[in-house]
Amino acid sequence: MTSIGTGYDLSASTYSPDGRIFQVEYANKAVENSGTAIGLRVKDGVVFAVEKLVHSKLLVPGANRRIQSVDRHIGLATAGLLADGRNISNRARAEANDFRELHRSGIPLKEMTSRIGQYVQVYTLYSSVRPFGISTIVGGVDKDGPSLYIIEPSGVYFGYHGAAVGKGRQLAKTELEKLKLQEMSTREAVLEAARIIYLVHDDAKEKEFELEMSWIGDETNGLHLAVPKDLLDEAEQKAKEALETFE
Amino acid sequence: MDHFPTNWGRPRNDAYDAYGTHPIPQRPYNGHQDAFADAVQRTQQPIVTGTSVLAIKYKDGIMMAADNLASYGSLARFKDVQRLHPVGQYTVLGAGGDMSDFQYIQHMLEQLSIDEFTCQDGHNLGPAEIHEYMSHVMYARRSKMNPLWNSLIVGGYKDGKRFLSYVDLLGTTYSASTLATGYGAYIAQPLLRKAVEGREDVLTEEEARKIIEDSMRVLFYRDARSLNKFQIATVTSVGVNISESIQLDTSWSFAEGIRGYGAQTQ
Amino acid sequence: MNRLKSGEVNLGTSIMAVQFDRGVVIGADSRTTTGSYIANRVTDKLTHVHDRVYCCRSGSAADTQAVADIVHFYLQQYSQQSGTPPPVHIAAAVFQKLCYENKDALSAGIIVAGWDKDVGPSVYNIPLGGGLFRQPWAIGGSGSTYVYGYCDATYQEGWGRDETVNFVKNTLSLAMSRDGSSGGVIRMCVITEEGVERLFVPGDQLPKFWEGREVLGAAAKKVLEPVPMAVE
Repeated sequence: MTSIGTGYDLSASTYSPDGRIFQVEYANKAVENSGTAIGLRVKDGVVFAVEKLVHSKLLVPGANRRIQSVDRHIGLATAGLLADGRNISNRARAEANDFRELHRSGIPLKEMTSRIGQYVQVYTLYSSVRPFGISTIVGGVDKDGPSLYIIEPSGVYFGYHGAAVGKGRQLAKTELEKLKLQEMSTREAVLEAARIIYLVHDDAKEKEFELEMSWIGDETNGLHLAVPKDLLDEAEQKAKEALETFE
Repeated sequence: MDHFPTNWGRPRNDAYDAYGTHPIPQRPYNGHQDAFADAVQRTQQPIVTGTSVLAIKYKDGIMMAADNLASYGSLARFKDVQRLHPVGQYTVLGAGGDMSDFQYIQHMLEQLSIDEFTCQDGHNLGPAEIHEYMSHVMYARRSKMNPLWNSLIVGGYKDGKRFLSYVDLLGTTYSASTLATGYGAYIAQPLLRKAVEGREDVLTEEEARKIIEDSMRVLFYRDARSLNKFQIATVTSVGVNISESIQLDTSWSFAEGIRGYGAQTQ
Repeated sequence: MNRLKSGEVNLGTSIMAVQFDRGVVIGADSRTTTGSYIANRVTDKLTHVHDRVYCCRSGSAADTQAVADIVHFYLQQYSQQSGTPPPVHIAAAVFQKLCYENKDALSAGIIVAGWDKDVGPSVYNIPLGGGLFRQPWAIGGSGSTYVYGYCDATYQEGWGRDETVNFVKNTLSLAMSRDGSSGGVIRMCVITEEGVERLFVPGDQLPKFWEGREVLGAAAKKVLEPVPMAVE
């Protein structure tokens, strides 16, 4: 951390002499500390999975969701500061409402991502604010089919077939690259996503985690919904089995 | 000649603005005026309108009907309009009155349903909640002197309970086992009450349908703003179902032998 | 109580739009009046709002121009930002929003029609109160009330371009002949994926229909010749 003590890392409105904004880079650190979140864009939809680290046994199961619905046809998963994720999803919902109000139709994924990207970017410009400490995976289905994007703390965004953010993203990406995502159904993708989350979870360092999953596609009638309990149980079961054979 | 439907059927005064050059909100008032006429604030008036909505409770849930006509004054302007609108999984909203305001209400409820959906908190809006919400919206708008010009019937079935309630442009609400708006309140309501009251728990879907159809037929005979093309919605434990458009058989042959209006026999 | 905007220019109009398999045909008369004076006899009421989306305007000229200008601006912005031409339903939604939210101030009856990649040809009618109705064919303006019956009796699904153009031409001619607030020439546009084709029918070449005598029989014709008084 060569930046520490130089003074260039104190504000998002100050560049370092070599043209970096350290506050944005620190925001990325906040993402790296978070439980992994992945998204799979497949043939007929999108699947989200999150490794939600449970920091207290006293928490109610299912509390502090990191996958949110933004509109009927759009979901979003975040890695990083939980509260920042809530702020982003609230903003995204407002954008979706706004778009619907004027156009009388659902917001396209590309437009939604662009709007969130702009919102996030603005937080990298001022000394009075802190950049968002999250990477957001946005996915859903619109008239052009399924799509998936990641928005980083700097405000940049790219479209992906498979997306991974958070602690275990490297391993998760390696696993995602092995999959034939374009030929896969959402039902198959649910199983793969669960397997990847179980695989990247490091039980040496973190004790407990909850698998949080959602999907959208033909199976859900174009709605972004939580993966049903029976399928989730099946996916977890298979993920655990796969884990034993993997090692 | 006056081209503005809001003036149709009103006292006419061709000496004043014979060519209907005035914009709608400034339509001339040719009727009686009192000393306070200038102090009355004009809000708006319905322009493209739908007529009656009927609804009854029956054994399995509720049944609602409305025709497919949107009138423009006395002109039958749009003849393929749906006035029964599903809201969520348990509710149907039927509307009479201004169709642009009804479309606004549809968009508003769509947004409400999406907000509810994105919460994903396990709660689903039922008919009672929708009706309560609409009653507040309608009352708030009339209090701003800018009402949503509709009579609405909210019907639904949730958690084994039937629901049927009314709300209108003033925010007035009431519920009963039979409801009717517009002309239907005068013509169909007595028929519905006679057929339904006290039998809500025994009426089958077929019987309910017959009652609704018979009432819609009478309305078609007697309401000059109605159309013999309508839809029936049911809400039961199975969910919301809105039928395709239906046409009824009507009877006219009895009129063939009628001659004159009194003493004439030829 | 006179609430007229004095001297307001009115498009006491006949306008129309019809959808066919590959596009839409829109049409309008060309008369603009202030009271009973024809302020413009060659008006163009077919208004471009985007490459493949047009509208036909009826009601106050000032109001409808203002609304069309706003929508035109919005659609330019939309196509620049999204990188695609706007679908017709979006144009219609923006028109509808403006007409609905300002219903107390506007007198505007607008037909929006055009072609887009998603749904092909479509026609939307936005009458006075600001409702939005999709229709296979739409007529509007004061002249339209005279020709509802003709349209109902004539229109059929599955027409091609030429039949549709004829239908529009005949309907407008009939409306113009009965409505004093409509007249002049017929302007039409054929909007398809390929482009917008302008058609023009001069006021002396409108399709003709029944123009026979309204009083039948010879009685009317018989005029008694004055017989000069005999002079010595």
